[in-house]
Amino acid sequence: MEGERLASPARSSGLPAGGAGGESPGVDAPLLGSSGSSTLLQAEVLDLDEDEDDLEVFSKDASLMDMNSFSPMMPTSPLSMINQIKFEDEPDLKDLFITVDEPESHVTTIETFITYRIITKTSRGEFDSSEFEVRRRYQDFLWLKGKLEEAHPTLIIPPLPEKFIVKGMVERFNDDFIETRRKALHKFLNRIADHPTLTFNEDFKVFLTAQAWELSSHKKQGPGLLSRMGQTVRAVALSMRGVKSRPEEFMEMNNFIEVFSQKINLIDKISQRIYKEEREYSDEMKEYGPIHILWSASEEDLVDTLKGIASCIDKCSKATEKRMCGLSEALLPVVHEYVLYSEMLMGVMKRRDQIQAELDSKVEALTYKKADTDLLTEEIGKLEDKVECANNALKADWERWRHNMQNDIKSAFTDMAEENIQYYEQCLATWESFLASQTDLHLEETSEDKPE
Amino acid sequence: MEQAPPDLERQWQPAPLEPLGHADAGLQAAVGEEAEGSRDEVPGDGTEHALGLGVLMTENNFGLKKIEISVSEAEKRTGRNAMNMQETYTAYLIETRSVEHTDGQSVLTDSLWRRYSEFELLRNYLLVYYPHIVVPPLPEKRAEFVWHKLSADNMDPDFVERRRIGLENFLLRVASHPILCRDKIFYLFLTQEGNWKETVNETGFQLKADSRLKALNATFRVKNPDKRFTELKHYSDELQSVISHLLRVRARVADRLYGVYKVHGNYGRVFSEWSAIEKEMGDGLQSAGHHMDVYASSIDDILEDEEHYADQLKEYLFYAEALRAVCRKHELMQYDLEMAAQDLASKKQQCEELATGTVRTFSLKGMTTKLFGQETPEQREARIKVLEEQINEGEQQLKSKNLEGREFVKNAWADIERFKEQKNHDLKEALISYAVMQISMCKKGIQVWTNAKECFSKM
Repeated sequence: MEGERLASPARSSGLPAGGAGGESPGVDAPLLGSSGSSTLLQAEVLDLDEDEDDLEVFSKDASLMDMNSFSPMMPTSPLSMINQIKFEDEPDLKDLFITVDEPESHVTTIETFITYRIITKTSRGEFDSSEFEVRRRYQDFLWLKGKLEEAHPTLIIPPLPEKFIVKGMVERFNDDFIETRRKALHKFLNRIADHPTLTFNEDFKVFLTAQAWELSSHKKQGPGLLSRMGQTVRAVALSMRGVKSRPEEFMEMNNFIEVFSQKINLIDKISQRIYKEEREYSDEMKEYGPIHILWSASEEDLVDTLKGIASCIDKCSKATEKRMCGLSEALLPVVHEYVLYSEMLMGVMKRRDQIQAELDSKVEALTYKKADTDLLTEEIGKLEDKVECANNALKADWERWRHNMQNDIKSAFTDMAEENIQYYEQCLATWESFLASQTDLHLEETSEDKPE
Repeated sequence: MEQAPPDLERQWQPAPLEPLGHADAGLQAAVGEEAEGSRDEVPGDGTEHALGLGVLMTENNFGLKKIEISVSEAEKRTGRNAMNMQETYTAYLIETRSVEHTDGQSVLTDSLWRRYSEFELLRNYLLVYYPHIVVPPLPEKRAEFVWHKLSADNMDPDFVERRRIGLENFLLRVASHPILCRDKIFYLFLTQEGNWKETVNETGFQLKADSRLKALNATFRVKNPDKRFTELKHYSDELQSVISHLLRVRARVADRLYGVYKVHGNYGRVFSEWSAIEKEMGDGLQSAGHHMDVYASSIDDILEDEEHYADQLKEYLFYAEALRAVCRKHELMQYDLEMAAQDLASKKQQCEELATGTVRTFSLKGMTTKLFGQETPEQREARIKVLEEQINEGEQQLKSKNLEGREFVKNAWADIERFKEQKNHDLKEALISYAVMQISMCKKGIQVWTNAKECFSKM
């Protein structure tokens, strides 16, 4: 499955082991007296290993259900469906507000799981009330995503945070993990709410409003698991066929998705690595500063200078932590979401190809079989409509997605740059005021070596 | 071990005496590859200035002759060692120039090549002949406190370069020391290439060396050491310990900082590749990526500068040992003095006992006398005479040891005071230069990220 092995192309793009650009000859030198993690830096850093493969990207549910089987309110003719797909969001008319908070742990004899509180406020008529509060667990989110994919196989459904992360997790439910997940779930629901089509999906409404027992019974409707599983083999075969007859614009789209996926994965790894290096830098600084204080105890004449330096180092260490915080709030979640998006996009392409392949196989059947030509022709007619809808839906959503991606990425990186600027400005101010205090006290020490 | 008196034979002109004003600008012309980032040193007793570019100006009382010393080049050589095995080593070019005060022109007076082991020999000689002086240390023999980028290899060009600077610094320190600069062996080190080693060895300094000075673990039960030396020893231990710790952690900090910067470099490449598929974002990504590359590569210079700072601290780390050596010498002198006094006292007592015939303390002689009969009066007289001679000698020796000891303490303490001032000045300057480096690093960071932000916002 394409979704899982994204790490491979990442490695083959071959980042140099010494950082971009020139290599320094000392990079592979023996490491005397340095910490073990330096070895890690050489071997790994820019080599970006693949053990950060996270799991489960999108649901196995790739079945080809009719688009609107669970949305009785949605019309079924292609034309009306095209009209339905708006090309632009209308932020001023936002009438659905969702928050995800208050994670709570539930312990049963069988399992432990977390539920999140979801509060919905809306002015929409189709909702029975203007405010709802429900509790949902991750499984419920998965279910919702599956339903949305069923209903709109070629729309770009927002990604869910991963099921669980194996690497580096001590326990499944540590605080950081829960908080990160909560934020991602919040994003997930809001993205759906902002989507011109998905926002009106019936399952979405049920998800936001139904009480626990109502949701359970609602879930039981629809095709069972077995029938969905049976589709998988056929689906794979079909998708292969669909690739061959893919129209030009979707070839381009696919090409973009492949490259984008590769790059965003790399950026994700780079960003995570930067976070880690900054964390370790900050830790070392915490030890570095106090040594100067220790030293000042035996140097009468240097007490002010040494204490001053210790104080500067401490302040810079704090500034680094602030920078890290900014990184983890502004950049890392966004980049990671787009990693998941890129996997989602591949699934969307596949589903489109499958729909097309279904048409193609029926057309082929028509040319060979003479029997049932009427039936076939009718089926082909329906499938042609289906293909056209699917393609148009994807095209429109693709534009929307591109546009949003551009804004999100631009915003995330601009914020990161701003964080760094502030970090350096803070440190600069600290050191400059230290220097000023030193030169004020001893004017004759002001040498020609003033900072240029 | 006797303290070598200032030997006229070993002195040479010129000697630093007169304070100098600011150096003429013309004399600051770089001599070979000089230390990066001018380091103002004020070694000596504060009456000379060493100019930032490895230039020392001294004056003698025989006319205003200025001397510049520099270690200007390093060269890899192969040769045969004492066991006739081929070895590779680095040789350093030492150039001495004398400067005419009037026209400021410098003339090369001497130029020769020396290797590290010869510097070591010179220093060991100075240690023996000037035990009351805090002898400037040599740069480290092997690279310590490395972080991952630095090689521990002695032949590594960066290490060689830093060693070159360290050796130059050593020579400047010696040359600006009011007493050491007059030493003839030092003069010959700068001027006599061949045969210098033999000349040093001919002084027989190795024999004069007190092996006990090297026995670091041996403790001598000294009853009355000068308290100042005891304190100084504690101080030097603390200094060594704290600077080692500082350098170790600094190396780790440097490592981490290197990591942060270099990983950013990867953005550059990935952005560039990504920009190929983007129409609107492409330019912004590409140019932002370029700035990430700039950011990543800026760390190399930054850390190189910091390495020089580390070297400055290292010098004082090694100076701690030199301080300890002086303290140790005092201890030994004091110990010898106390031993001699003790010996004299016991001899006097023996003499007294023999003269009066009373045996106050237990002695073997007393016992055997009781058991085997007394000695004859003649025998006793003889012994008393011998003892009286020894006592005389002993008193003379004690007197001169006392004198020596006091001279030593006086001279040593004078040099220690000089050293303290030098140390306070140098360390303060180094610490301030560290702040200056940080400021420069921050400014560069602001610059790069401001540029990057602009690119991002145009995407």
